Amino acid sequence: MELLILIFLPLVGAIATALFAKQNTAKVAALLFSILSLGVTVGLLCSFTPDASTQFVVNFPWIQQLGINFHVGIDGISMITVLLTNVLTPLIILASFKHEYKNANAFYALVLFMQTGLLLVFTALDAFLFYIGWEAALIPIYFICATWGGKDRIKVNMKFFVYTIAGSLFMLLGIIYLYLQNPANNFGLAEFYKLELDATQQGWIFWAFFIAFAIKMPIFPFHTWQPDTYTTAPTPGTMLLSGIMLKMGIYGVIRWLLPIVPQGVQDWTGLVMVLAIVGVVYAAIIAFMQKDAKRLVAYSSISHVGLIAAGIFTLSQQGLQGSMIQMLSHGINVIGLFFVLDIIKSRLETNKVDELGGLAKVAPQLAITFLIILLGTVALPGTNGFIGEFLLLMSVYNYNAWLGAVAGLTIIFGAVYMFRSYQKIMLGETNSLTASFKDINGTEKVVLYTICALIIAIGVYPKPLMQISEASVQHLLEQINHKLTGIN
Amino acid sequence: MITSLLWLIPILPLLGFVINGLGRNTLSKGAVGVIGSGVVLASFILSVCFFFELSSSVEKQFTVNFFDWISVGDLKIPLSFLYDPLSAIMLLIITGIGFLIHIYSTAYMHEDAGFGKFFAYLNLFIFFMLILVLGSNYIVMFIGWEGVGLCSYLLIGFWFTNSNYASAAKKAFVMNRIGDLGFLLGVFLMFQVFGSLEFAKVFPQSANMLQGNDTITIIAILLFIGACGKSAQLPLFTWLPDAMAGPTPVSALIHAATMVTAGIYMIARSSVVFDLAPIAQNIIAIVGAATALVAALIALTQTDIKKVLAYSTVSQLGYMFLGLGVGAYTGSFFHVLTHAFFKALLFLGAGAVIHSLHHEQDMRHMGGLKAKLKTTFATMMVGTIAIAGLPPFSGFFSKDEILAHAYQFSPVLWGVGVLTAFLTAFYMFRMMFLTFYGKFRGSHHTEEHIHESPKSMTIPLVVLAILAAFGGLLNIPHVFGGNEWLAHWLTGAKVTQNHLELDHTTEFTLMAVSVLAAIVAILLAYSKYVKKADIPVADEAPRTALEKLSYKKFYLDEIYDTVIRKPLDAFSNFFYKIIDNKVIDGLVNGLGWTTNEGSKSLRLLQSGNVGYYIIMMVVGIVALLAYTYWFIA
Amino acid sequence: MGSIFENMQGVPLNHYIWFCAIIFTIGVIGVLVRRNAIIIFMSVELMLNAVNLLLAAFSVHHNDASGQVFVFFIMALAAAEVAVGLSIIVMVYRNTQSIDINVLNRLKW
Repeated sequence: MELLILIFLPLVGAIATALFAKQNTAKVAALLFSILSLGVTVGLLCSFTPDASTQFVVNFPWIQQLGINFHVGIDGISMITVLLTNVLTPLIILASFKHEYKNANAFYALVLFMQTGLLLVFTALDAFLFYIGWEAALIPIYFICATWGGKDRIKVNMKFFVYTIAGSLFMLLGIIYLYLQNPANNFGLAEFYKLELDATQQGWIFWAFFIAFAIKMPIFPFHTWQPDTYTTAPTPGTMLLSGIMLKMGIYGVIRWLLPIVPQGVQDWTGLVMVLAIVGVVYAAIIAFMQKDAKRLVAYSSISHVGLIAAGIFTLSQQGLQGSMIQMLSHGINVIGLFFVLDIIKSRLETNKVDELGGLAKVAPQLAITFLIILLGTVALPGTNGFIGEFLLLMSVYNYNAWLGAVAGLTIIFGAVYMFRSYQKIMLGETNSLTASFKDINGTEKVVLYTICALIIAIGVYPKPLMQISEASVQHLLEQINHKLTGIN
Repeated sequence: MITSLLWLIPILPLLGFVINGLGRNTLSKGAVGVIGSGVVLASFILSVCFFFELSSSVEKQFTVNFFDWISVGDLKIPLSFLYDPLSAIMLLIITGIGFLIHIYSTAYMHEDAGFGKFFAYLNLFIFFMLILVLGSNYIVMFIGWEGVGLCSYLLIGFWFTNSNYASAAKKAFVMNRIGDLGFLLGVFLMFQVFGSLEFAKVFPQSANMLQGNDTITIIAILLFIGACGKSAQLPLFTWLPDAMAGPTPVSALIHAATMVTAGIYMIARSSVVFDLAPIAQNIIAIVGAATALVAALIALTQTDIKKVLAYSTVSQLGYMFLGLGVGAYTGSFFHVLTHAFFKALLFLGAGAVIHSLHHEQDMRHMGGLKAKLKTTFATMMVGTIAIAGLPPFSGFFSKDEILAHAYQFSPVLWGVGVLTAFLTAFYMFRMMFLTFYGKFRGSHHTEEHIHESPKSMTIPLVVLAILAAFGGLLNIPHVFGGNEWLAHWLTGAKVTQNHLELDHTTEFTLMAVSVLAAIVAILLAYSKYVKKADIPVADEAPRTALEKLSYKKFYLDEIYDTVIRKPLDAFSNFFYKIIDNKVIDGLVNGLGWTTNEGSKSLRLLQSGNVGYYIIMMVVGIVALLAYTYWFIA
Repeated sequence: MGSIFENMQGVPLNHYIWFCAIIFTIGVIGVLVRRNAIIIFMSVELMLNAVNLLLAAFSVHHNDASGQVFVFFIMALAAAEVAVGLSIIVMVYRNTQSIDINVLNRLKW
C-alpha cells in the first residue's frame, strides 16, 4: 500500500498542479509534492530490509483477460533507483526556481507526471506495466523539451521521440513474444524469469530489449539523439533526461535483460562490451573540443554511461554494485554540472566556453561547488564518482585486462576535458562579459550545497547505500548463473 | 601503544582545512596562521610521541581499522591505517617540514588576498599526504595519492587569474592522472592475483611467488608508471617544472619535500613485490638514471631560480629511482629524507630571495645578494653543499649509498650517477653564484628595497639548514664506523635492501670519485660565473645547439604537444564533425530520410483520377481472385 | 408461381451464369471507360442487377428462398443509393458545371 502512495503521489501532485496551481504557485506546489514523495521514500527506506526479497508488494488483477496485473514491489536494486528518482526530482524542481516558465502549472505537472512514470518503471514486476511506465515517462519529457526548449526544439525532439519510440517498439515485440511463450499466460516478471528459451530465441529477445535500452542509455552508436536533445532542452528537462531517465535503460538491463535471457546476454557480451568501451573513449575524445559546455557534459555523460553498461555486462558483483552506486553518483553529478551551466547561462546568456572565463574571481562559491561536482565527475577518491568508477573499472579489468586498460583511459580523458572546460569557464582573467557576474544565491546555494554534500558523503561512506542493493545483486547473479548452468 | 589515537594525526589538519576554509573571509590573518600552523604542529607532536612509542615497542607494525569503505563480494577495502617504522618516518617528515613551511608561509603569503584559502589548501594537502602514508592498503593510499594531486592542482593554480598558471595546474593534474591509470591497473591485477589489497596480506603472499614471475613483473611495472607520474620521472616529468607557478612554499612542500616523493615511498613500501621483478627493477634503474641525467642537463641553462630547483628536484628524484632500481631501498628512502631537508631549504631560501626582490625570479636580474641577505645566503649555501654531496653534509651519505649500490649493480649506471652528481654540483653552484655573488643586476628601485626576510621566514631556514647539514647522521654507513640506524629502523617495516658486497677500498674510491667530481664542478662554476662573471644571455640571444637543447628542455613539451595533444584534439574534431555528425547521425537521419522519401514517391500513386482508382480496384480484385483460384483452391 | 419456377428451371444454370457474367462485365467496362458520371452510375446499376439475377437463379437452383430475400434487400439498397448518388451528382454539377469525373481529381494526397 505504501508503494501505491509512493508511485501515485506525484501523479496526484501533477493533477493538482495542473488544475489548481497558478503561474506563481506551481513551482512551490510541485516542490511540496516532490518533497512529500521524498519523505515517503525515506519512510520506505527505513522499513526496508536489505535482503534479496521483493518488498512492499502490491498485486491486483488489472486486465484479467490478458493476464495483466498491477504488480509492483521493491527490492534492493529498485530501491536505489527509486531513491535516485525521488532525491533528484526535488533538487531538479528547486533548481528550476529561478526560471519563470510560461504555463508553469503545465510544466511542473509534466515533471511530476514523469516522476510517476519513472517510479512505475523502477518498481514494476509486470512487463506490461513496465512498458506503460516506460512510455509514460517519455511523453511528458517530450512535451517539456519540445514546448519549453531552445532553438530547433521541435526537430530535435522529434528525432529523440521517434528514436526512443522505435527502440521501445522492439521491446514491446519482445515482451509480447515472451508473453506468448509463457505457459501461465501473463506478463509477470517472475514467470518470465522461469521461461526456458533456447539460445536462438534468447538471442532475438536479447536484441529486442537491448536496442530499447541501448537507445535510452545511450550506448555508442545509438547516442546521436542525446547531445542535441540535452543541448536544446530546458535545463530541468536536461536534468531529468540525464539524471534519471537514462537510468531507465540501465535498470532495464539489470532487471529485464540479464535474468530473462542470460544465455543471449552471454552470447553477445563481447560485442556489447566493445561497443560500450568504444563509447567510453570515443565520447570522451569528442568532449575535448566541444565549445558548448552543455554539449560537453552531454558527451561526458555518454562516456560515463558506457562504463556503467560495460560494468553490468561483466556479470560480476563488482560490476553490478559499481553500476548501482554509479547510477546514483552520475545522476547527482550530472545534475550538478547542468545546474552550474544553467546558472551561468541564466546570467550571461551563453554556455560557450570560449566566451567565458575568470568566474572564479567574481563567484568563489560557484567555483568551489563547481569544483567539487567536477571532482565527483572525474572520480577523485573521496567523492561519490570514485566508488562507482573504481568498481566498474575493476570489473571490466577482470573481464578483460585490455578492455580494462582502454576503459581506464576515461580517468585521464575525463580529467582533460573537465579541467579544460573548468579552466576556460572559471579560471583566468574576467572579460567584459563575466566581470559583473553575481555569485550564487538563495535556492542556487541550497541545490549546490546539497549536491556537494551528497557527493562527499557518498564518497566517504558509501556502505549504507551499497548495502541496500548488495543482497539483491547477489541474488540476481545467482539466478543468472543458475539459469546458465541449467541450460548448458 | 595507543594506536587508537592515530586518527588524530590526519584529522587535525583536516580540521584546520575546514576552519580555515569556512573562515577564509572572516578570520583574521593571524588567526588563520595560528590555526593552520597549529594543527600541523599538533600533528607533528603526536607523530613524535608515536615515534618514540614505536621505537620502544617490540611489535613494529600496527593496523588500525576504522570502517569498511568499499565492500563488494570478495573485494573488501577497509579504511584503515598502518603505522610502522616507514610511515612513522614519513609522518615526521610531512608534519615536521610541513610545520616549518606553514610558519614560513605566514610571512611569505602575508600580503596575499587569498591568505586564508592558501592555508586551507596547505592543511588539506597535509591531510591527504598523511592519508597517503598511513593507508594500510593500496586504495586508501590512492585516496591520499589523488588527494595530494588535487591539492597540487589547487596550489599550482593558486593565482588562477593568470591563465598560464591555470594551465600548469591542469597539466600537473592530467599528467598525474596518466600515472594514476597505471597505478590503478596495477592494483586491479594485484587484486586478481592476491585477492586482497592490504599490504599485510599482499606482501607475505607475494613472497611465495617465483622470482621474475611475469604477473609480478607487470604489476611492478604498472605501479612504477604510477610512481612516474607522481614523482615526475621520464617521460612524465614535464609537469613538475611548470608546477613552479605555485607560491614558493608550495613548491618547497609539495613539489620538493613530500608529494613528489610519494612514488618512492610507494615503491619502498612495496619493495617485496619489486624485489621479485628484476625486469621492472632494471626499467626503474634505467628510467631513474636517465631522468637524473636529462633533468640535470636541463638545469644547467635555466635562468629562473625556481626552475633550476625544479629540475634539480626531478634529477634528485631520478637518483632515488635509480636507487630503488638497483635494490637500495633504504638508500633511496634515506635520500628522500635528506632531500626533503635540503630541497625544502633551498626552495624556501629561493622564496626568501624572491620575496625580498618583489617577485623577481630571473637570476639574470639578481646577483650580489650575499651581503644583504646573510641568513638566506648562509642557509642556502648549506643546502647547496648538501645537494652537491660534499661530506659531511647529509646529501653526501645518501647519495653515495645509492651510488655504491648502483656500482655493484652496473658500473654504467654508476657512471651516469657520478656524471649527474658533477652536473648537480655545477648547476647548483651556478645558481648560488649568479644569485649571491657579483653585482646586483636588477633595477635601482628594487635594489634599495632589498631586505632580509622576517624571522618567521628565516627561522625555518635555519632549522632546515641544521637538518640538511646533520641529517646524514641518521644513516652513517659501516665504512665510517656508523651503525646504519635508518636501515635497521626500516627493517621493522620489512623494507630491506641488498647487502653491499663491495670492499672498503672500492667504497672509498667511489666516494672519492664523486666528491672529486663535485669539487671540480664547483671550481668550474666558480671560474665561469664569479671570475669571468659570465651572465646567461637573454632568451632571444643565439645559443649553441647543445645549449639551446638544454635551454628548451629538450623540446619535450613541444614534442608532447605535437605527438599527443594535437592529434587527440584533431581526433576530437574529426570524431565530432565527421564520425558523429556525418556517419552515425547520418545513418540515423538517413533512416528517417528514406522513410520520408519513400512516402513522397509512393503518394504519387494517389493521382486523384477516379478512373485510375477503379482500374486499380478491378486489377486488385482480379489478382485476388486469381490467387485464390490457383493457389488456395 | 410454379410455372415461373419451372420456366426458370427449364433454362440451364450455366446460361444464367454466362448471361450475368456478360452483363456484369459490360457494367465493369462501362464504369472503367466512361467519364460521364451518370453513365457510370447506370453501369453500376447494371452490375448490381447482374448480381441480383444470379442470386435469384441460384436461389431457384438450390430451392432456397434466402437468395431472393437478398435480392430484395439489394434492390432497396440500390434505390437508396441512386437517390443519394444522383443528388451528389446534381451537387457536383452545380458546383463544377460538369459531370465529367476527371474533373473530380482532388481525391488524392
